[in-house]
This record gives sequence, structure tokens and C-alpha cells, in this order.
Amino acid sequence: MVPVPSHSIIPERDVDEIPVMETRHLGIEFGGLKAVDDFNLTIGKTEIAGLIGPNGAGKTTVFNLLTKVYEPTTGAVLINGQDLHGMSIVQASRLGIARTFQNIRLFDKMTVEENVRIGLHNQIRYDMFTGILRLPRYWKQEKRQHERAMELLDIFGMQDLADETAGSLPYGAQRRLEIVRALATDPKLLLLDEPAAGMNPHETEELMENIAKIRDQFQIAILLIEHDMSLVMGVCEGICVLNFGKVIAKGTADEIQANPAVIEAYLGKKKEG
Amino acid sequence: MRKCEVRNMTKAKRKRLIYNLVTFGLVIVAFIILENMISAKAISRSLKGQLVPICAWIIMAVSLNLVIGFSGELSLGHAGFMSIGAYTGAVVSGWLLSAFDMQDPLLRLVLAILAGGILAGIFGVLIGIPVLRLRGDYLAIVTLAFGEIIRNLVNVLYIGTADGKLHFAFLNKEKLPAGVTMLVDGAKGAVKIKPISTFEVGFVLILITLIVVLNLVNSRAGRAIQATRDNRIAAESMGVSVTKYKMMAFVTAAVLAGMAGALYGLNSSTVVPTQFTFNQSINVLVFVVLGGLGNVLGSIISATFLTILPEVLREFADYRMLVYAVVLILVMIFTNNPTTRAFVNRLASPAKKLVRKNRGETAGGGDVK
Repeated sequence: MVPVPSHSIIPERDVDEIPVMETRHLGIEFGGLKAVDDFNLTIGKTEIAGLIGPNGAGKTTVFNLLTKVYEPTTGAVLINGQDLHGMSIVQASRLGIARTFQNIRLFDKMTVEENVRIGLHNQIRYDMFTGILRLPRYWKQEKRQHERAMELLDIFGMQDLADETAGSLPYGAQRRLEIVRALATDPKLLLLDEPAAGMNPHETEELMENIAKIRDQFQIAILLIEHDMSLVMGVCEGICVLNFGKVIAKGTADEIQANPAVIEAYLGKKKEG
Repeated sequence: MRKCEVRNMTKAKRKRLIYNLVTFGLVIVAFIILENMISAKAISRSLKGQLVPICAWIIMAVSLNLVIGFSGELSLGHAGFMSIGAYTGAVVSGWLLSAFDMQDPLLRLVLAILAGGILAGIFGVLIGIPVLRLRGDYLAIVTLAFGEIIRNLVNVLYIGTADGKLHFAFLNKEKLPAGVTMLVDGAKGAVKIKPISTFEVGFVLILITLIVVLNLVNSRAGRAIQATRDNRIAAESMGVSVTKYKMMAFVTAAVLAGMAGALYGLNSSTVVPTQFTFNQSINVLVFVVLGGLGNVLGSIISATFLTILPEVLREFADYRMLVYAVVLILVMIFTNNPTTRAFVNRLASPAKKLVRKNRGETAGGGDVK
């Protein structure tokens, strides 16, 4: 298949930059079932994009394809122009993709700070023997890790929770910690899988502000899956709608809300006659 | 200055520091007491003979805890690594004595322990490379087989030394040149070992093990090891190479087990293959589970008591495995079953309240929550 020129909805400030992510004819089959089919999406360098669709549309599958949890059956993913073909999850992460999970996957038995420090694993490094022998570099790097972790936790005002066990945090805080941990990997593209799930309206609003703040502060692109339409419409510059594994609409919030195919996917077809 | 630092530490860090200090303190205090008892001849002969094996089993338990408790992989062949260490230690020590006439027992012991650790580590790498790439309980299956394979291999292994050279033969003893001094004699095991292990070296080895394990756990690599245990996919998504860190834990544990094996093997005059059976691996597993997964201090205590206990209860030794099984099941029930845990907590809560109340009164009732 020839690569399609994407009908992209990249914000104007990013059009001259290499898109942070581009998918071409991306698809995956599970035993004949096309979970995702011919998925084309381009995301600008500092864009906040949304991926929406009814339950089972294949949204999380797209995330798993982008992060190499699954190997696509067709098509390609380009991150900053580099093809992810044949890469492992770890290699994809090193290229600058970080994600949160729909069903929270924190390191439950470790503290909040240690969770963030795992995110810093490839940012602030020292080897095993430095750690065992407690060489000067160990103390220096541990201090840097601690300071950076605290800085990152400060985004959500979570510094006070640094010593709590991650598994003991309330649900909303766990979701926020996942975002902090993902940010610690110094990503270029942050994938958020239902960041507002289980949050109350007040928390959701706060999260919305924080997502915009994160983009401005870190100058990264964010792609989020979300069912809370107020959040999606409020913060996303471009929205992509998925149904039965296929893209049925792409555009700005207003365009999506007026799109008959989207309304049909969510509410069903109007009865004829 | 130092005090200030301690006060400024976060709660989690302080807790960890206290835990590490207690662990090291307990080992050092126990060592000093035992040394004094030995010099005052206030120690029973059977306990004195148990000291080096206890050291070896403590190292075995702590190192296995690194694999099971921290990296979350089940290894059922830890005695296999110990047996590699024991045989290597015996051969190296015998060879150094005959080939280089190295009379200094301490130097020979140290070199034998190093060799045992290195060879066990090499086997650890060989097993780890294919197995730790897989997901699931394959490590348990392969290490189980490994322990048995090693035991059967050394059963038909013949090593002799003559004119400063080592001669190896498999299956057929006649292949060795005539006039060699046997070091390893098939099913008879490693023979004519000069026992050179000392309690002091065992103690130092325990300290080294503790430094390696505790420092590793509280470092970047150790956090990565624990992250792969808690959630593999999340760890990979954060850029942590799961295979690398599982390997690191597994090989470190193998090296430590090999060292413990050399120490153990050089404590007696013979080492036979049947000393390192599947039952021994399970024994070490029992130490770890009883002491608590990820609890190094617990491993030390349970390894010590469960090594002394059969000696003390020698007449009931036949029932030991039976009791082990029952104890293991009870521990699992009490630590994992929510109902029993809630029940135990309810029983314990009046006692806890009382303690808190007393503490509150002495502290002026300040910190009662």
C-alpha cells in the first residue's frame, strides 16, 4: 500500500515540524477479527489529541500498537520519523513514548517516589556495581533522582505523598501518579488511557488544566483516550473517532460534534419513516 | 551533623535505615556472642559443628530471597548452585594444595569460595539467558530440572590430580591416568577434603551477602528488579529491560549460592551428590517463605532456627518434612487468606491498643491517633 497523505488536523504552530507520531495503514488482526484496520493518524509536535469511540472500538488496542505491546499485522508507526517496526516495548519507550494504563498498573508495593524513580530509570543512571559498592556516583545520582522525582510530583502537588505505598493511594491520586511516572521517562509523546476514569467533576476539571499545563511546560504531544466528553472537547485540539476498529471521523471538537457518522456510532441510527 | 541527617530523612528512608541497621546489628552481635562462647568453651560440640552450615544456609536463604522475594521468579534449583560451589571449592582447594603446595588454609578457602561463586554464576547465566526471556513459571520448571541434572552429572564425574594437572573423566573412571590422587570420585563424591572452613570466614561471607543484597535492593537496579516483579508491562513501558534485571537478580543469587556451597563443602571431609537434592532446594525455599518474601532479616532468622531445630529434635528428625509441610501451609493461610488475616488482626488489635495507650501515656498522650 502506498502511504496516504494524512488528512491531518495538526495545529498550525506544528505544521513545519516533523510530526511526533504518524501511523500508516496501521492494523492488527486477532484470529481473523480486525481489531484495528487502516488506522491513519498524525500528531503534531505539541498537539493535544483525543481518541474517542464507543466501548470495544479498539482504542486501547491502538495504544498497545503504538507502544509495541502488540506487533501490528499491517502498516507502520513512525515516531519522529523513525519506524517502530520490530522494536520492543523498551526500545519504543526509549524513543520517547510513555503511557498510562486504563486499569492502573502502578508498582503497588513500592512507594510513590520509587514509582517515579522507575520512570527516571533511563534518565538518571548508574550501574549495578556503583549501587552495591555505594561509590560517590551513587550518592550523586540518587540525590539527582530524588530532586527530579520531587519536582515531577510537584506538578500535581503530590510531594507530601512521596513516602506512601503506591497501592494505598486513593484512586484519583493513583491515576495522577501514573501520569507523573510516565512524564519522568522524558517522553515526546504521552499516551493517556482514560485519565479521568473514576474522577469526580471537580477532579476532572483540575486534570484538564493540568494536561494543558503539562503540554506547555514540557512541550510534548499528548494523545488521550477518554469517555468524559467535557474533558475531550475542552482540551483536545484534534479528535479522532474510532468505531469497530475503523476511523469514522477526524477533526476539531465542533466538527466532531456535528458529524452524523459520530452521532450514529454513539446513539444509533434514526429509524427510517 | 549525622543526627541532623537522620532527622531530615523521609519516613520511608528512616524505616529502611533502621531495618538495615537491625539486620547487620543482629548478625554482628550474634557473631560476637558466639565467638566469646567459643573462646570460653561454653558452647556445645554439636552447635559448634553447626556454625559453618548455619552460615551457609543463611547465605542460601538470603540469596534465594533476592530471586523469589525481589524479582518474583520461582527458583527450585538453588541447591544445584550450592552443589556446583561445593564441588568446585573442594577441587580447587585440593588442587591448590597438591599442585602449588599452598599451605595457607585461609588463602585456599578464599580462592575456593571465589571459584565456586564464579562457576555457579556461569551456570546461572547459561540457564538465565534462554529462560528469563519467557513469561510465566518456566524458571521454576527449568531450575527444578537443573538441580536434578547437576546431581546426576556429578554422580558420574571423576576428577583427579597428578603432577599439578587436573584430569577429568565422565562415566568411566579408568580413563583417568594411573596414579592420580582422586579429588572427585563419582558417587562417592568429593573425597579427602581438608576441612578448612571457619566460622569467621562464614561470618564475613554473610556480611558480604547482606551488603550485596541490601545495597542492590536499595539502588536503581534493585528498584528495577522490584518493578519487574510488581508489573512487567508497566516496567517495560518505563524503559526497564525486564530480562536484564531478572537476570541480574538470578545470577547474583547463583554466585552467592556457589560461594555458600564452597564454604559448606570445605567444612567436612566429603561432599556427596545426595547432599544437594530437590529436598534441599525446597528446604531453602521454606526458609525464604517462613522468613517472609522480600524480608532479608526474616530469612536469616528462619534459616538459623530451622537448621538448629532438626539437630535439637534429632529423635523426631523423621517427621521434619511432615512438620515443614504443615508449617508452610499454615504460613500461607495466615499471610494470604484475607479471612484469617482479619481474624488475626482482630485478636491482635486489643494488644496493639494497649501498647499504643501505654506509649501515649509515657509520651504525655501526645501522639495517640
